[in-house]
Amino acid sequence: MSTTLGSRKVWLYWAAGMAWFYLLLWPLMGIGADGAVSFADSLAVWGYVAAASAALLALRQLHARGAFAAVTSPLARGLAGAKTGMDKVPPAVWWSLALCIAAALPFGSGRYVQDVAINVLIYICLGLGLNVVIGLCGLLDLGYIAFYGVGAYTYALLSIHYAMPFWMALPVAAALAAVAGCIIGYPTLRMRGDYLAIVTLGFGEIVRLILNNWMALTNGPNGILGIRPPTAWWPSFEGTFGFELIQMKKLTALYFVILGLTVLTTIAVHRLNFSRIGRAWEAIREDETAAELMGVNTFRLKLLAYATGAVFGGLAGAFFAARMRFVSPESFTFIESAMVLAMVVLGGMGSIPGVMLGALALVALPEVFRQFELYRMLAFGGAMTVMMLFRPKGLWPAKRFGARSEEMD
Amino acid sequence: MTGTATPILELRDVVTCYGRIQALKGVSLSVMPGEIVTIIGANGAGKSTTLMTICGITPPQSGAVFYQGQRISGLSPDLLPSRGLCQVPEGRRIFPRLTVRENLEMGAFFRRDKDGVQRDLEHVFSLFPVLRERRRQRGGTLSGGEQQMLAIGRALMGRPRMLLLDEPSLGLAPLIVRHIFSIIERINKQEGVTILLVEQNANLALQLASRAYVMETGRVTMEDDARALLANEAIKKAYLGE
Ligand SMILES: Nc1ncnc2c1ncn2[C@@H]1O[C@H](COP(=O)(O)OP(=O)(O)OP(=O)(O)O)[C@@H](O)[C@H]1O
Ligand SMILES: [Mg+2]
Repeated sequence: MSTTLGSRKVWLYWAAGMAWFYLLLWPLMGIGADGAVSFADSLAVWGYVAAASAALLALRQLHARGAFAAVTSPLARGLAGAKTGMDKVPPAVWWSLALCIAAALPFGSGRYVQDVAINVLIYICLGLGLNVVIGLCGLLDLGYIAFYGVGAYTYALLSIHYAMPFWMALPVAAALAAVAGCIIGYPTLRMRGDYLAIVTLGFGEIVRLILNNWMALTNGPNGILGIRPPTAWWPSFEGTFGFELIQMKKLTALYFVILGLTVLTTIAVHRLNFSRIGRAWEAIREDETAAELMGVNTFRLKLLAYATGAVFGGLAGAFFAARMRFVSPESFTFIESAMVLAMVVLGGMGSIPGVMLGALALVALPEVFRQFELYRMLAFGGAMTVMMLFRPKGLWPAKRFGARSEEMD
Repeated sequence: MTGTATPILELRDVVTCYGRIQALKGVSLSVMPGEIVTIIGANGAGKSTTLMTICGITPPQSGAVFYQGQRISGLSPDLLPSRGLCQVPEGRRIFPRLTVRENLEMGAFFRRDKDGVQRDLEHVFSLFPVLRERRRQRGGTLSGGEQQMLAIGRALMGRPRMLLLDEPSLGLAPLIVRHIFSIIERINKQEGVTILLVEQNANLALQLASRAYVMETGRVTMEDDARALLANEAIKKAYLGE
């Protein structure tokens, strides 16, 4: 067997891996809530995983020895041909195609799909904002969700107290988030690396605790109810032709609002990427002292990175409040920051399509794994690990961060 | 100092600390326009700290730094390149994930004259032709010698009037070192850039420079013509390995 399926060593590793997996799996599944000990369930799951991974490994080994060359080599040639063909098409065409698909999505799909799609778009906005801070400027921010929270509560409070329309509140939310970004950024700017991560983590929690405990303003853990949805002028044909102000309660309408916000965010981040400021951010990420010696005001630019990232988080937050029509501090916990960070890393730091794929993967995967019920998060964690093992630079790694001057030669 | 002979750079009794450690314990030195001056000294003498203090990265605790007659200690470091004071830091410190060309463009970050930047880019490429070949390559993938050339080229992109060089020969083969030193000489002679050169390779540095300072544990212990120091017995023993 071992001669046809590759070296014995690989299978030894596999066996060791499987044994280790069972050691992990059994405490999770084999010990009941009442302390009863069983092996049947865990062995069944382990059997499935072992069989599937053995089959995959065998296929891989066969492939490595060229057993499928008759099939794979024409396929590879075809794919390479398709890729060179695709590279010739300008990116603008691909972007428009993606936008068309996104715009067509809500038609002919149900509530569920629209709901998930809205979530994906919200996370894309958040991921792109965080990408400015981490991917471009290299500042590890573990409290990013605080800006999302500031944006959401800004709109929530303006809406219920002053009945301010969504579109007017949007810039206010962005501005307040930027201010929060500066407040958080200012004291942390002299720190680097790990210290910065810990301090931002602390700030994220502080914001959540304020939202949780300032009863008079935020109504504490009970949250704020009765936030108005966005409004729009819509043509009406009753009697004489005119426009009437409608509330966008339908999911389809909300989908287009967040799609618009996403497009806006994408264009802004793309332009920043290729600007002088983007280049300076990259220089700071690469070597802060050297950047300073080149005349980059690192203090101001790092603050700007924080504020810019916060603006996109704040915009997404305001939309979130308008879409749920309810906010509570629960939505802004550390796990959310971690998820957004995972999207950026998993998708490919500094890459706009990468962050989008990352958001899609991390929102869609838990939905796919719903059938596993209890073990949903386990499967999700496993999928993330596998993704990082096979694509360590991200699903769609950045060709190179920021501007590519070689294209100007 | 009288008007006819104002030093382009002057340090007066500069003290710089890292935490509680005094790295510079009252350093005074001056450089005249058009000169090549070198600072030699053992490891940890405070040479790099002197350059970083001049550039405002590690501001002095007391004392003052004057550049072109104006006090620059206390200024934010990012204001200095536009005044013509540029540094090639120790260990090159290029931006590894930016391409060679982008690295060079970062050197001209503060400049707004696109045509001038383009011309200077061509100039740097003519000084270091290998950089033109590698312009699309990431800086971090260059060899040590190429990275040093990139670091010098990057500083030249800021059109310096005064260039601070920290150990440009570090870890390079003798042939490359000679090439780099010939370029430094050319920058000085042909373009009139004043140069303050920190070197471990005291022999080469003293041959290139007109004047030299010797530093020991945070102090300047000797100051003389480079020729005189080359002939000095104590210096020969301590720094020239003879
Ligand atoms: N960031 C720092 N933190 C604390 N101490 C430092 C720091 N940088 C330098 N020092 C200390 O300051 C002193 C002078 O260091 P400096 O780098 O200026 O020496 P140098 O003359 O450039 O030496 P070398 O020839 O090895 O480069 C040393 O004792 C060093 O340990
Ligand atoms: Mg040094």
